[in-house]
Amino acid sequence: MGVIKKILSETYNFLRQDKFALAGVLIYLFFFIIAVFAPVIAPYDPHRMIRDGAQFMFNMPPGGKFILGTTNMGRDIFSQLVYGVRPALTVGFAAAFFVMVAGTLVGLISGYYRGKIDGILMRITDIAFGIPFTPFVIVLVGFLGPSIWNIVMAMALLLWRDTARIIRSQVLTVRERSFVEAARVSGASNLRILFVYIAPNILPLSFLYGSLAIGWAILTEAAVSFLGFGDPKVISWGYMLHDAYVSQALSRGAFYWFIPPGICIMLVVMAGFYIGRGSEEILHPKLKKY
Amino acid sequence: MIFTMWIIATILFFIFRLMPGNPLVAYIDPTFTEEQQQILMEQFGLDKPLWQQYGIFLKNLLKGELGDSFFFRDSVVNVISRVLPNTIYLMLLALIIAYIIGILAGIYLAWKRGERIETVGIVLTLFTRAAPQFWVGMILLAVFSFKLNIFPSGGASSAGTVYASEWAKLLSPAFYHHLFLPALTLAVYLLGLPLLLMRSNMLDVMNEAYVDMARMRGLSKVRVMLKYAARNACLPVITAMAVGIGYAMGGNVVIETVFSWPGLGRLLVKAVSTSDYPLAQGAFILIAGVMVFMNFVADILYSLLDPRVNLENRR
Repeated sequence: MGVIKKILSETYNFLRQDKFALAGVLIYLFFFIIAVFAPVIAPYDPHRMIRDGAQFMFNMPPGGKFILGTTNMGRDIFSQLVYGVRPALTVGFAAAFFVMVAGTLVGLISGYYRGKIDGILMRITDIAFGIPFTPFVIVLVGFLGPSIWNIVMAMALLLWRDTARIIRSQVLTVRERSFVEAARVSGASNLRILFVYIAPNILPLSFLYGSLAIGWAILTEAAVSFLGFGDPKVISWGYMLHDAYVSQALSRGAFYWFIPPGICIMLVVMAGFYIGRGSEEILHPKLKKY
Repeated sequence: MIFTMWIIATILFFIFRLMPGNPLVAYIDPTFTEEQQQILMEQFGLDKPLWQQYGIFLKNLLKGELGDSFFFRDSVVNVISRVLPNTIYLMLLALIIAYIIGILAGIYLAWKRGERIETVGIVLTLFTRAAPQFWVGMILLAVFSFKLNIFPSGGASSAGTVYASEWAKLLSPAFYHHLFLPALTLAVYLLGLPLLLMRSNMLDVMNEAYVDMARMRGLSKVRVMLKYAARNACLPVITAMAVGIGYAMGGNVVIETVFSWPGLGRLLVKAVSTSDYPLAQGAFILIAGVMVFMNFVADILYSLLDPRVNLENRR
């Protein structure tokens, strides 16, 4: 309990000091509320082909009954945009969760035990760095079938690599600190030292990496959906862009159709970057980043 | 490096073996003639047990034998080598644009440290990293090719154009006309890394004694910045270019699709969506190979340029 309280108060202080991080959290909060109340906010069912009497409302420009106009199949773009928040957040947070857990565990174990275990785990990490991310996700999702959970799984299989490397290097320094030594002398077991003494010290770092992973995951889901490998039952922002692209929205100059989803993606991803900004990650990129 | 590549190939072998349906499906299209099927059966030992198939797979891979594409009715190697040059041109032009602009802008932002323009620059850079590449491409297409009609809307050449040779293609202005928008999109995507890296290196280097020394000698700010600081801050950025190439190979997938650019990335997407397993496998191995190799090059360059880094201890 004490640990959670400490983390909460540290997070609060961090947010108060860092305006960027605060902006990021506010953006998340905004989208989260939209996701929860999507059915209330959206004026139409995003799948419905709207008609007025016998007339289908194809390609309506923005304004009037349709805030952002309609698609070439007469679906309301604004409603799609609102519902699109749900898959975006689901994919983002689910992938980030797996990435954080796997990356933190690998980093902790690798950095603490060193030696052979470390060698093997870091070898695996090197291999994960050698696999091209987007192509891997496409191949896996393309063959396993288009579902949102396959996309999450494919991302989780690779994205933990960055977190693992950073956490490991952090653990290497933390394990030499005197309070760890004290715990060891007083007879604490390895597992106890690892999870009670070391883990709380690296937790903020793994949260920061988690927030970046949300961004990567949402971008990747959008790319995969855009290429046509997305979940056909789910209207995501990537799917909207795919739909606009294949329906010649570009040549018709239907900017109201394909600009808003991109802006939404950008905002959510930026929010992750802003929160992670304190972590040097973005401003001081390490040489090895993908 | 070879070890890594071997593991990746092994993973790939099992992914493709675990595909639903008959294992033969990974190499043989039902529409192939009886004779073709027989040849492929033997070549890949598809009637043998799994571990033997694995051995044959590795042997074939080393010989560069990747099977036949279902869709193109040609060997995978031929299909890939036809599109590979296009991907390389696209990548090279994008890298050049991204690294020149990135390095210059990085110096500029370091120079303006603490001023308002610095914040604006950083936020703009974060935008380029947060925007989906394909979306940037879509906007460029909608504006420059459909609305203003300045650039073609896709492909590497106008319909019906046939170039006599690779050289003829490279010398024709029409080719660059087609290349420009995709390269620009890829450059926007790649820009962030050199820019932010250059900026943070500049800030580090500017605290070094020799830069202080130069400043104390009364040299102008431009001279100190460019001649003393930037030259040294540049080195790691050049190294990062190796990683950038690997990165670009992956990023290409979406951009090539948006612009219908006939390259490796688009080939991979096409292969996956038409269940052309041999082609997908070949394209993936090649992309992974480039990435692993570039990571390796970056490691070596890194330790060559900075003797403080020891290759053995770094992991």
